[in-house]
Amino acid sequence: MLDHSKADKITSDLLRSIRMNKSFVVWMGILGISLVICLYAYTIQLREGLGVTGLRDYVSWGMYIANFVFFVAASLIGMLISAVLGLSGQKWITPITRIAEIIALAFAAVAGLVIVSDMGHPERLLNVFMYGRIQSPIIWDVTVVTVYVLLSTLYLFIPLIPDLKICHDKIDNITPLQSKIYKLLSLNWKGTAEQVALVRKMIRAISIFIIPVAFGIHTVTSWLFASTLRVGWDSTIFGPYFVTGAFVTGCAGVIIAMYFYRFNYKLGDYLTDFHFDKMAKLLVLVSLVYLYFNLNEYMVPGYKMKKFDALHIHDLFVGNHALLFWAVQLGGLVIPIILLLFKKMRTPKPMLFIAIAVFIGAWFKRYIIVVPTMEHPFLPIQNVPLNFKIYTPTLTEVLINFAPFVLVLLIITILSKVVPIIPVQETIEEFEETHK
Amino acid sequence: MSSNEEKPTKKSRRDFLQQIGVVGLGSVLGGSAIMAGINYDQKKKASDRVKILTAENELMEVEKSALSAVSKPKAEDLAYLQKHGREGLAGKRWVMVIDLSKCRNARKCMAACQDAHHLRPEQHHINVLKMQETKNTPAYYMPKPCQHCDNPPCVPVCPVDATFKRQDGIVLIDNERCIGCRFCVAACPYSSRIFNWSDPLHEEEDKDLVYNVELNVPQRKGTVSKCLFSADRLREEKLPYCVSACPNGVYYFGDENEDAVTNGTTKETVRFKKLLEDNGGYTLMPELGTKPRVYYLPPKGKEYPFQEKDKEEAAEHLG
Repeated sequence: MLDHSKADKITSDLLRSIRMNKSFVVWMGILGISLVICLYAYTIQLREGLGVTGLRDYVSWGMYIANFVFFVAASLIGMLISAVLGLSGQKWITPITRIAEIIALAFAAVAGLVIVSDMGHPERLLNVFMYGRIQSPIIWDVTVVTVYVLLSTLYLFIPLIPDLKICHDKIDNITPLQSKIYKLLSLNWKGTAEQVALVRKMIRAISIFIIPVAFGIHTVTSWLFASTLRVGWDSTIFGPYFVTGAFVTGCAGVIIAMYFYRFNYKLGDYLTDFHFDKMAKLLVLVSLVYLYFNLNEYMVPGYKMKKFDALHIHDLFVGNHALLFWAVQLGGLVIPIILLLFKKMRTPKPMLFIAIAVFIGAWFKRYIIVVPTMEHPFLPIQNVPLNFKIYTPTLTEVLINFAPFVLVLLIITILSKVVPIIPVQETIEEFEETHK
Repeated sequence: MSSNEEKPTKKSRRDFLQQIGVVGLGSVLGGSAIMAGINYDQKKKASDRVKILTAENELMEVEKSALSAVSKPKAEDLAYLQKHGREGLAGKRWVMVIDLSKCRNARKCMAACQDAHHLRPEQHHINVLKMQETKNTPAYYMPKPCQHCDNPPCVPVCPVDATFKRQDGIVLIDNERCIGCRFCVAACPYSSRIFNWSDPLHEEEDKDLVYNVELNVPQRKGTVSKCLFSADRLREEKLPYCVSACPNGVYYFGDENEDAVTNGTTKETVRFKKLLEDNGGYTLMPELGTKPRVYYLPPKGKEYPFQEKDKEEAAEHLG
């Protein structure tokens, strides 16, 4: 009897966020206006050409590509939390899985658009399918990102089926149409033993399959660089270097989202200090692995100082990009690791600030990977205007790069308004198991 | 009159015979005309027929009047230009040799190239660089076109087959196909590729021109452009624009299969391999394994001094 009322409380707690309110409308309005401004910037680029950006013949990949790498990176967290930790039997991830999956899906789905914004002829996108050549890493990327988006959709949807039924049954302040949609999407869920077994089996299958695909998307993304001969990109460890970097980005993203949901959705009973502590430790773990790869990536060429490596390393360590480089490496990686070793820091509020620093640092890290290399080709840059030698993003370019973030926030905001952000069914099941 | 009306059959039989007669006469006349024609045809054989060699190397004879000129490559036909542009010139393996001892930074090559390909002043298919390898070695001028590598890093990365390597060794870019991802630009270790960031120089003037992939004109906004070894000139058996424009005898251009290269200034033709052998020919950054088709002769015994004003820029890349 007690359990029953507890289950009801869990249900009502977790479904509370699914309703219209003023702050949601205001927030959507802000996002909508931002998106319109960013899209206006994109129309300028469509009309005038990529010349409206700071990109030129030598630095021909810049913010857009850095942004693309960042988006792919952020999307890997779904795989890490739900699949890797889930398969290894970690129970504490239950309230975080859906948050991670929503983040993963939103970032992965938008990543494709980021790359389109970098194209000189976006209207020729279909050429990729009509004339696609298998030897181009871009084709691998298109393939594997598409597969990942589809898998992530399933990975979000299938565990959601029981919850959609609960939404249909328990939420009463919605229109009949919304209720009908919930019923339709719940695929006639009755919670029979057979259905439960089937869903478990499917989730397990996706959990296993999504791991190589997720490794694939970021490894292939790293190969866009590693497959060239350029200094700073011509590296054999770029695959794992990027994948571990992605885990750092994603963990930070999830922590920020957890903080937001905990306080705005009043989910303190579910996203507890215990969960924050666990996420902090996970962030430290992946950051240490990433730090190790960074050490290899910069120490080894830095020790040998081959002619062109030396130019590049010099520029990063003490040259034009030194300030950004050290800010990113220390502020976005080393200092967060050290801080999170202290128990006091592994609580929601300090973690929010640390996670934001890591998240922003992660973005600029991609910038540091993309831009300085392009500023240091093998042959000197001569007989061109100064803006060909030093890349400075323009306002239009910055706004266009902002659009994907707005889109991600829109997707996350809408999804977290229509589905319970913490799995209801699983939370009840776990409660029942622990209180038998 | 009445008798005629009474015997209609008789009249019709007479008509019939008359008609046979006409047809018969006609046939005889016609037949003899054909015979005469054949006789005439045989008679004119010697003078009015011409011998032709077919593509299959067979000698044939045809009547002169049946001859019509082979339709010239229609410059206005995009499909035709695209097809032969991708195929290249059979049996050729183009090479360029750049003699650094002769370059005095006249930049006529750059101007001729930009003029031919409708490029802006800052857009270089060929760029004369001020080079210096180490602090104590002398600075020199180095014209740098696309190296037309035999293992080109730029070609496999293209997702849509817009850039390709032809049988005659030339690497081209098809701006009808290019999606503007600039992966090729990132992949090229020689910084040989450029991009049309905004409207091309002659956007208005060129808008009615049919695109020629061997000239990459008209240039198109949002697509990559690059050195073409003047593929359009080679088709006309002329030397590339840059090679012909050089006043200092820097460039040799020719066919590796023939082992002959021609100097663009002196028009002197020499043995390609011998030229490299005698002068210590080399390629740029051979350690990258790109196998360039552009060869350099070292700046040994430079005929012109390196200008004082360029020394600082040459030293910049020393690190």
